[in-house]
Amino acid sequence: MSTLSTPILILIVLTSLGVFFGFLLAYSNKKFSIEVNPLIHIVEDVLPKGQCGACGFAGCMAYAEAVVLNPDVAPDLCIPGKEAVAKLVAELTGKAAAPMEPQIAQVQCAGTHDKAKRSYAYTGVEDCVAANLLFGGPKSCKFGCLGLGTCVKSCPFDAMIMSPEGLPIIDPEKCTSCGKCVSVCPKQVISLMPVGARVRVNCNSKDKGAVAKKACSVACIGCSLCMRQCPYEAIKMGNNLAIVDAKICEEKCSDAVCLSKCPTKAIRPFVTGIVPGTENEASMSLACASCAK
Amino acid sequence: MEEYLKLFVASAITNNFVLTQFLGLCIFFGVSKNLNASIGMGMAVTSVMTLSSLLAWAAYNFILEPLGLQPLMLITFVVLIASLVQLLEMIIKKHAPALYNMWGIYLVLIATNCIVIAVPITNVELHSNFLTSLVLALGSGVGFALALILMASLREKLQYADVPKSLQGLGISFILAGMLALSFFGFSGMITL
Repeated sequence: MSTLSTPILILIVLTSLGVFFGFLLAYSNKKFSIEVNPLIHIVEDVLPKGQCGACGFAGCMAYAEAVVLNPDVAPDLCIPGKEAVAKLVAELTGKAAAPMEPQIAQVQCAGTHDKAKRSYAYTGVEDCVAANLLFGGPKSCKFGCLGLGTCVKSCPFDAMIMSPEGLPIIDPEKCTSCGKCVSVCPKQVISLMPVGARVRVNCNSKDKGAVAKKACSVACIGCSLCMRQCPYEAIKMGNNLAIVDAKICEEKCSDAVCLSKCPTKAIRPFVTGIVPGTENEASMSLACASCAK
Repeated sequence: MEEYLKLFVASAITNNFVLTQFLGLCIFFGVSKNLNASIGMGMAVTSVMTLSSLLAWAAYNFILEPLGLQPLMLITFVVLIASLVQLLEMIIKKHAPALYNMWGIYLVLIATNCIVIAVPITNVELHSNFLTSLVLALGSGVGFALALILMASLREKLQYADVPKSLQGLGISFILAGMLALSFFGFSGMITL
């Protein structure tokens, strides 16, 4: 060894190291290789790549992988992609896509500043999650929208704005019903609703009638009048709250009698983009009225 | 035994690579936005660091030193670590897909990080034997994970803070890291190696 000069030694050591690791990696690349289905990449290309996670997977790649490899994963889970993407994915994976009804996020609360009472003045962080930690927020009603705009900030499509009356307005053009706002809302007051729904219950209060009414003048008081009036049994009561089956309502009902019977006007016609009790409602109905002429 | 314990605590806390020696700051700021990611990253770095410093120890003591090629230490270690990370990635991808999904790209990111090469070099400087290099690498990894998790927890809290506009994002994070390092400075001198 000592006869070799240092430069040659360096060459030998480094070359053999390189060759050793090169072969080791090449060998293990073969040995540990995993076959990747080329279809996964094709499916991934079809998806919108917003990486919103509305499908329930960690991004578009993960969903593409799951939908190709797992026969139980439905092809129509991509909500922002709507029907077009679902159709393509179904074609590529050979699965049947169930017909999809477009949905839109809606806030189940009409408790604007003037209608919902407050139990204290909140001056903390402008965030619903933070406000909710302080006795469930400043509103007397512990189920309603806090109006601090956590959902507005979370919307990846800029589809929400906060109205001056303290309720978020959802732009029906921009809402892809990805469900981000539904999951960030600490009150679970936002839900997804079929765009074609006819009526909606603008209240989330599970309090008994008297308590709910005291906290907010437009609360659903759980009187079940609407349930008894509905000829198609589309309305059920649960936790002092009317629950409308949008499907029955949409298919069978032509004259919504429930609307006129509600003593607190908690049930209202469902028009996308309108928030009841706000200026936005007034301006939109004016616009509708002028259109009708 | 006491010696090893001392070494472990020293490398994890008093001589914490991130907070007292300022190595591995790229990952420290890049991955500390979210607690779950930081836990995965901390684990990945710890395991890669331990394995690579053992391999580097063997390469140094059995190849470089007998041949008198100590100046080649840096380049050899780089080759070693890069290959090891690649190999590890392949093996994990094949045999533990769940772990691979959790670590994701972090594993490959580690290959070029200074903290991973700092540990084998420290080992050489300290003339460590096999066991002490193992303890040092493990301690440094745990120290790194600790710093990363602390930072991630702080930054998650920070999202609810009312930060001045000019400091939002990385600005306030640097200040936070400085304060964290300052608090770790309180440990200095507790153990001398």
